[in-house]
Amino acid sequence: MKISIERGTLLKAVAQAQSVVERRNTIPILANVLIEADANSVSFRATDLDIEVVDKTVAHVERPGATTVSAVTLHEIVRKLPDGALVQLTDDGTSGRLTVEAGRSNFALATLPKEDFPVMASSEYQSNFSAPAPVLRRLFDKSKFAISTEETRYYLNGVYMHVAEAEDGRMLRCVATDGHRLARIDTPLPEGAADMPGVIVPRKTVGELRKLLDDDDAEIAVSVSETKVRFATPEITLTSKVIDGTFPDYTRVIPMGNTRRLEVDAQEFAKAVDRVATVSSERSRAVKLSLDEDRLILSVNAPDSGAAEEELAVAYADEKLEIGFNAKYLLEIASQVDRENAVFMFNSSGDPTLMREGNDSSAVYVVMPMRV
Amino acid sequence: MPALCRDCLTSFPGPETAPGAVAVPATPLRCPACRSPRVVSHPELESLGIAHMDCDAFYASVEKRDNPELRDKPVIVGGGRRGVVTTACYIARIRGVRSAMPMFKALRLCPEAVIVKPRFEVYVETSRAIRQMMEDLTPAVEPLSLDEAFMDLTGTARLHGHPPAVMLAGLIKRMQSELGIAGSIGLSHNKFLAKIASDLDKPRGFSVIGVAETDAFLRDRPVRLLSGVGDSFQSALDAAGIRTFADLLRWDRADLAARFGSGGDRLWHLARGIDRRPVSARATVKSISNETTFAEDISDPELLDGHLWRLAEKVSDRAKAQDRAGRVVMLKLKSADYAVLTRRLSLREPTQMADTIYRTAAGLYQQLDRRGPWRLIGTGLSDIVQAADADRSGDLLDQGAERRNRAERATDAIRRKFGKDAIVKGRSLR
Repeated sequence: MKISIERGTLLKAVAQAQSVVERRNTIPILANVLIEADANSVSFRATDLDIEVVDKTVAHVERPGATTVSAVTLHEIVRKLPDGALVQLTDDGTSGRLTVEAGRSNFALATLPKEDFPVMASSEYQSNFSAPAPVLRRLFDKSKFAISTEETRYYLNGVYMHVAEAEDGRMLRCVATDGHRLARIDTPLPEGAADMPGVIVPRKTVGELRKLLDDDDAEIAVSVSETKVRFATPEITLTSKVIDGTFPDYTRVIPMGNTRRLEVDAQEFAKAVDRVATVSSERSRAVKLSLDEDRLILSVNAPDSGAAEEELAVAYADEKLEIGFNAKYLLEIASQVDRENAVFMFNSSGDPTLMREGNDSSAVYVVMPMRV
Repeated sequence: MPALCRDCLTSFPGPETAPGAVAVPATPLRCPACRSPRVVSHPELESLGIAHMDCDAFYASVEKRDNPELRDKPVIVGGGRRGVVTTACYIARIRGVRSAMPMFKALRLCPEAVIVKPRFEVYVETSRAIRQMMEDLTPAVEPLSLDEAFMDLTGTARLHGHPPAVMLAGLIKRMQSELGIAGSIGLSHNKFLAKIASDLDKPRGFSVIGVAETDAFLRDRPVRLLSGVGDSFQSALDAAGIRTFADLLRWDRADLAARFGSGGDRLWHLARGIDRRPVSARATVKSISNETTFAEDISDPELLDGHLWRLAEKVSDRAKAQDRAGRVVMLKLKSADYAVLTRRLSLREPTQMADTIYRTAAGLYQQLDRRGPWRLIGTGLSDIVQAADADRSGDLLDQGAERRNRAERATDAIRRKFGKDAIVKGRSLR
C-alpha cells in the first residue's frame, strides 16, 4: 500500500478513529486503526467492539492495500506534523512496518495483519431515515447531560431514542435520566422513521455522534434496528450497538399536574444560582428557592463555609413556596434554555419540578428537589 | 532522676544515672510511701507528654470482668468453629495462641481454652468509658481502635498539678478500679515512639523513651517495628539491605525517597526519631462496614439476601449513631476457596439508610458472574461525610424510595423507644 494524503484530512480521520479506540484494552488489534486503500479513496476504520467508525476520504493512491497501526500513535504523529504537509503512508507488506513520511520526518510504525481486525457484523435495519444535522444536534445536546453513569442501572447509561405520541402528533423523541433529573426532547417525526424501534444509544456513541453533527448543512442518514444504530454522512459512518435493556416508563415521572408557575430569565437565573452556590458545601451543592409574589430569593446556608442570598424579580403569582435543589442540576437545565424565558412548574417542596422553555413543550426537563 | 509509684502515684527522686543511658536500675526500686515495686523512673519522666495507651487483651479482659469464673482460665474471644481468634487472654497467649490465628489451630495449642463469642456492644460501651477517662486528661485523644489511643498531654501539667506521667499512671489505675480493664502506657516525645513504648512492657506496662536515649534505643531495633511496614515493604527493605534502624541511618535522604517514594522520606525521619504527626482528636473515619462468616458455605440467594439485609442494617445503625453517611457502597464476598471479591458503587449522594445500602449492595451482587457458594459476605460505606449531606433528594424512577426512607426513620424511632427487636423487617428473619 502506498498513499499520499493531505495532513488536515488525515488528522480528521485519525482523530475520529483514536477517540473510538478504547485506551485500556487487552486485545492489541483493538488499539489499531485499519487503513484500507482502493483505487482513489482511503478508509480509516476503528472499533471498540461496541462502536465502529469508518471515515472514507479522498487520497492519492499509488498502490492499493490495507494494514493496521496504533491509532493513538498515528494520531500523535499526524497532530505534530506541520499544517499543510503532504503525508505519505507506505506499507511494503513484508517488513511489518508502516512508514509515515512528511517533509524530512520519517516514522516506521509496527503493524498488525489486517485479517485480525474485527469488522462489525452488518445488521438488517428496520428503519432508515434522514435528518438534518441541527435537528439531531438539538435532540442529543439537550438530553445528554441527564445520562446516568450508574452502572447498576445500565439501561440509563444512554439516550432513549424512540417514536412517541405527543399533543402535536407523532414525534421523534430523545429521553435521558439519571433518576435525579430527566430531559425529554421532541422533534417532528422524519419521513421513514415511523417504524423505528426504540433504542438506547450509549453515552460514548452520543459523544462520537456529536462530531458528525457540526456541519449545519449536513444531512445525516440514520438506520435503526433492535440491536444497532447507524449514523452516516457521505464520509463518516458511525455504527453502534445499542444498550440491551428496557428504558423505564418515564412518562409517569413527568409531572403534568403541577400548578405553581415561575417564569424567569434563564440566563439571569443561572448566573444567580452560580453565584450563591459558591459558598455551598462541596458535596451537596444545595440551593434554596424561596418564592413569594413576583419575587424569588435564592439562598445557600452551609454551616461549614458560609451563607449567600440573592433576590431576583420574577413572574410568580401562586402561594409561597420554599424548595431546594442541587445547584448543578439547576444550572444544567437552565443552560438548555436559549430563546425564551425558563418556566418552572412546581407542586410541593417534595415533588418533582418541571421546567420548559416558554410554552414550548418540545423540550421539557424534570428535576427532583432536595431537602434543605 | 524523677521516679513515680504506679500504685499510690507518689512522685519521689529516684537514683541518678548518667544522662543518655537507658534507665534500668540495678536494684529494684521500691516506693518510699507504699513499698510497691511498681515504680517507673526516668530522667525525662516529668517532661514527656505524648502517650499511647493500649488495653491488655481488651476483649478477653472484658469477658473475664463480666464472668469471674473465667478469670483463671485461658479465654479466647472469636467467632464459631470456622472463625479466627479475635483476642486471646494472656493465659492463652502463653500457650502460643495469637490474634488472627484460625480457631482450630488455637484449640490444638490450647484445648482447654474457653471460647467466647465477641459482644461488640459491650466492648464499644467499655471503650467509650475509657475514652471519657482519657478525655478528662486532655482533649487531644486520638483513638486508633476500641482499645488503643494516642494522647497528647503536653502543657497540661499546670492544669492538673501533676506532670503527664502521673496522670497516665492514674488513668491506668482508674481503668482498673472502675472498669476492671488493664492497660499499658508508652510515654515519649512523639507518636511513633510512644506506640513502640507501650508494647515494650506488656501487660500492665509503663515504658518511657526519652529524647536523649532515642537514637541509642532505635539503633538495633528492626525496621519492622514500624506500623505500616508489612511483608511487601519489608521485602523491599531487605532487598536494599535495610533491617535495623542503624541500617537506615546510613542512607541518604534523597536516596531513600528515590527508592521508596514518600514512605522512604518518612523512614529517614523515623530513623532519627523524628515524627511530627500531631495527635488529632478528629481522625477521619474512612469507612463503616460489617461482614459475617457463615458456619457453612452458602449459595442460597434467599439466605444471602437475609444476611445482606442484616449487615446493611448494622452498617446503617452505626452510621446513624455516628451521624455520618457514605457516598460509596461496598460489597465483599469470600468464596469457598478463600478468593475475595469486592465491588463498589459511587452513589449520586451520600446515604446512611439501610434500604439504600441494601439495595445498592444487592444490585452489585446481581452483577456478579459467580453465584457462590460463599463463606463470607460483607457490606459497608466509604467516602464518609456528615449526615447532613445525606439522603436529601429522592429518585424520580423509584418514587417508593422516599416512602421507604420515611418508614425507616419511623422504625428507627420505634426501636429507640422500645428496643432493637421491637420492629424488624421480615427480610431480616430469613
